[in-house]
Amino acid sequence: MKHYVDMIVRYTQDGQIIPLAVRWSAEQLFEIDKVLDVRQAASLKAGGTGIRYLCRIQGKERFIWLEEDKWFVDAK
Amino acid sequence: MERTILHSDCNSFYASVECLHRPEIRDKPVAVGGDVEQRHGIILAKNELAKKYNIKTGEALWQARQKCPDLVIVPPHFELYQRFSKLCHKIYLDYSDRVEPFGLDECWVQVTAKDANGALLAQEISQRIKSELGITVSIGVSYNKIFAKLGSDYKKPDAVTEIRRDNYKQIAWPLPVGDLLYVGRATQRKLESYCKRTIGDLANTPEKTLKGWFGKWGSVLYSFANGFDSTPVARYEDHDDVKSIGNSTTTPRDLLNNEDVKIIVYVLADSVARRLREHGYKGRTISISVRDNQLMSFVRQHTSSQYTNITAEIAQAGMELFMQHYHWQRPIRSLGISISDLVSDVAPLQMDLFGAGQEQLRRERLDTTVDGLKKRFGTNAVRPAILLQDTELSGFDPKREHTIHPVGFF
Repeated sequence: MKHYVDMIVRYTQDGQIIPLAVRWSAEQLFEIDKVLDVRQAASLKAGGTGIRYLCRIQGKERFIWLEEDKWFVDAK
Repeated sequence: MERTILHSDCNSFYASVECLHRPEIRDKPVAVGGDVEQRHGIILAKNELAKKYNIKTGEALWQARQKCPDLVIVPPHFELYQRFSKLCHKIYLDYSDRVEPFGLDECWVQVTAKDANGALLAQEISQRIKSELGITVSIGVSYNKIFAKLGSDYKKPDAVTEIRRDNYKQIAWPLPVGDLLYVGRATQRKLESYCKRTIGDLANTPEKTLKGWFGKWGSVLYSFANGFDSTPVARYEDHDDVKSIGNSTTTPRDLLNNEDVKIIVYVLADSVARRLREHGYKGRTISISVRDNQLMSFVRQHTSSQYTNITAEIAQAGMELFMQHYHWQRPIRSLGISISDLVSDVAPLQMDLFGAGQEQLRRERLDTTVDGLKKRFGTNAVRPAILLQDTELSGFDPKREHTIHPVGFF
């Protein structure tokens, strides 16, 4: 399931976008410990394509996509 | 050096993009159709499953539903297709700057280099498009653009076909002649009446004979079928927006005075303005090109404050430019008029205090009405009296003779 999310990101001086945290709900904010990989990739499960960030969140690895100007995850 | 050219064709492009975005319909027969809400419209694209039901692009939605009652018809999302088209181009551009789009979903990519393995590169591109964009492509690899395109049509979906000098007779020649680029229905019918059914038949017909049948087009067909085509793959640039619209003509006899010029300018302006309206543009920089019978030529242009697509205004502006800059040293042989600095015609019109805008609106409505009449009854159905003064001079139709293909190879 494609699930668009609110994100907290950092723009670097040279225009890089680094995701910092996922605002999952009003109560839940998941901080991203580390970005492990960034590449253009499609998500067949969620249905879409964009820049895919492989992130470590609370010890687990999760993909988050930046699709043009919106962020989505493939939620279960 | 032998060229290495790829032709990449996104399989069922619109339908694939729709299916990617809607996992729930992916394993159903899917078609992208015109206007579903209004219950009319046609099939624009279909996925592999829908193809099995013999659904054809261009047929009415109800016909398609008769063939396949479970067909899922989704409305088109052109912005999405444009985005995917651009993303594809970005991938091709990683391999070459010679990337020439042919419509939204097709592209030639020239990857000529010493020891370049075209088929291997094609595999890599195809893999990347699959993983990065979630759609598939068929790629043809060859030493000319025509065979590369044949190759991409040869096997679908998700395939790579190489047509080399040592196998083109086995792969390309047995194909029906209609598969060749620019052999449309009319050409095909004519060829078949001469018993030329395959590309090989065409290739083995002497060029002279083909010239006799088709004029200079015969030479083109001959070179296409034999793989002699040497047109280069254009450098990539953003092709999508039109920069100007223009028409020019060499007149049936030399023009001798302002009255003659007025006739030609009107005919040309009429064509330019109609094409503007058809494509939904307005422009404000009008330029004329004039060539006299000694082949001396010049171009002059003028930018006015208002954007227009009105025939009379374009003709008038063209005429004013002409009167200002030509002093009849010699008779005129050819004339052209074009308009640039284009904007979309949905942009709002600035009315001025004295109601000049009203007059413009009225003229626009008039032109739209006349367009409708001309569409139904031909360009000569309604025309200004001035064109009747010299029918020999005004008796050409730049709009009809100026056929625009959605995308052109030449």
